[in-house]
Parts: sequence; structure tokens; C-alpha cells
Amino acid sequence: MAEPMRIRATMAGDVADVKVLMNHPMETGLRKDAKTGQLVPAHFIQDVTATINGAAVLNADFGTGISKNPYLGFKVKGPKKGDKVVVNWVDNKGDKNSAEATIG
Amino acid sequence: MNALRRNVLKGTAGAGTVAIAVAAGLLKPTQAMAAWNKAAFEAKNVGDAMKGLGVAGPADSKEIAIKAPDIAENGSVVPVEVTSSIAGTTSIAILAEKNGVPLVGTYNLSGGAEGYISTRIKMGQTSLVRAVVNAGGKSYTAAKEVKVTIGGCGG
Repeated sequence: MAEPMRIRATMAGDVADVKVLMNHPMETGLRKDAKTGQLVPAHFIQDVTATINGAAVLNADFGTGISKNPYLGFKVKGPKKGDKVVVNWVDNKGDKNSAEATIG
Repeated sequence: MNALRRNVLKGTAGAGTVAIAVAAGLLKPTQAMAAWNKAAFEAKNVGDAMKGLGVAGPADSKEIAIKAPDIAENGSVVPVEVTSSIAGTTSIAILAEKNGVPLVGTYNLSGGAEGYISTRIKMGQTSLVRAVVNAGGKSYTAAKEVKVTIGGCGG
């Protein structure tokens, strides 16, 4: 599963602008397979956490209403260039992925 | 539209079964699932979702800005940006009111994170996109209508 996730973090003044692109099908569990007519089981990211230099900045819960290959943007005041951003997600099947980036 | 409704109903039954299995200890929820607000995320209407979030009667606020298209051609990818200028914003929740499952995501902010979230959501039909912000123990809300020409909830 664990396809790479992309993070970009840039400083704008004293605010770090973090953009994350996750790779995930985000199946709602309500969609039917076009060929078999069977419902495609729900498979979606439930929990996303972000830390900067180890300190939590964001803890997000996703429902099935988040689009496929979720995009997440957030802003954090205070970090410096070179600080490390780490983003983790866990989906409803227990799959997880993690990626990190340096604020530039 | 009726076919979609059927699917939603079927989905409800399925989700219920899982909930019972979890309650009976047949399935071991992972830690993440335990933290995930199941009641709010499985609520089928805005009122129940709010209840699940522990929000009662949020005040309308002009300090919450929702940036979303007036018309979304493709309901499966609707860009939504929420900016809260309310001091001490600790969490933001995004709801698409007429989705089968209205609650889209919740975002708890800490450690210097600003009251800003940008995401992309699915919308089944034209509806209000609502943001609920918690700040200083109070709840605030704002909404913006997005017209959807092609629904994106798997229909």
C-alpha cells in the first residue's frame, strides 16, 4: 500500500506553509464496482498527525467525505527554516504511512 | 438518485454490523480507530454530527472565512479552504450538509498552528459547506453554498 506522500513546507514571514499530498483511494464503502456490481469496501484515511521538530501541530480526523488522494494544507506560526515536519496517517484498515520534509 | 439512496441505506446496515462487532470485542480497533470520532463521522445528518462533535448551538461568526467554488462541476473534488481569525482557535470541523455522511473532517490545532485548513472534499449534491470552529471553549460556525453539477459520492 504505502505509496509515497509528498510534503512541501515553506516559510512565509514567520509562518510555515505546509502542503501535503497523500496517496489513498478514500473509498466510502458506498461505491459499486462497475464490473461486478459489488460494493467496494470502505478504505479511507482516518487519522492524520503532523509534528514540527517532534511537537504536535495538527491532529486531523478524516471521514469518507475527503477526496481521493487527499490534499491537506495548514499553517504554523513560529518554526524556522530547517525545522523538520513529519506527517503520519493511519487508515481504517490499519495501513499507515509517514513522510517528512525540511522547512525551506 | 434513488439508487444512490439505496446504497446509502445498505452502507448504514454494514457500518452498524461493524459497530456491533467492535462493541462485542470481536474486532480489535486499532489505536487510531479508538481515537477516531465514530459517532460524529457516522452521523447521517448535521444535527447528529454536531452532537457527536460535542457542539451545541454554535454562534454564527463573520471571522470564519470559507473559500470554495460557487459552482463545482465535479463533486468528487471540491477545494475548500477555511480560515478562522478567531483568537485561540483550537479546532476546525468541515461538514458538507447534504452528504450522506455530513462530517468530512476535523482538525485539532496545537503548537502554533494557525486557524487555517485547506483540503479537497467530496460533495454528493448542491449544499452548504459548513465550518465549525472551537475557540476558547466556545463554538462558532459559518457556511457557504456550493452548487454541484455532478455529484461525487460514488453515484
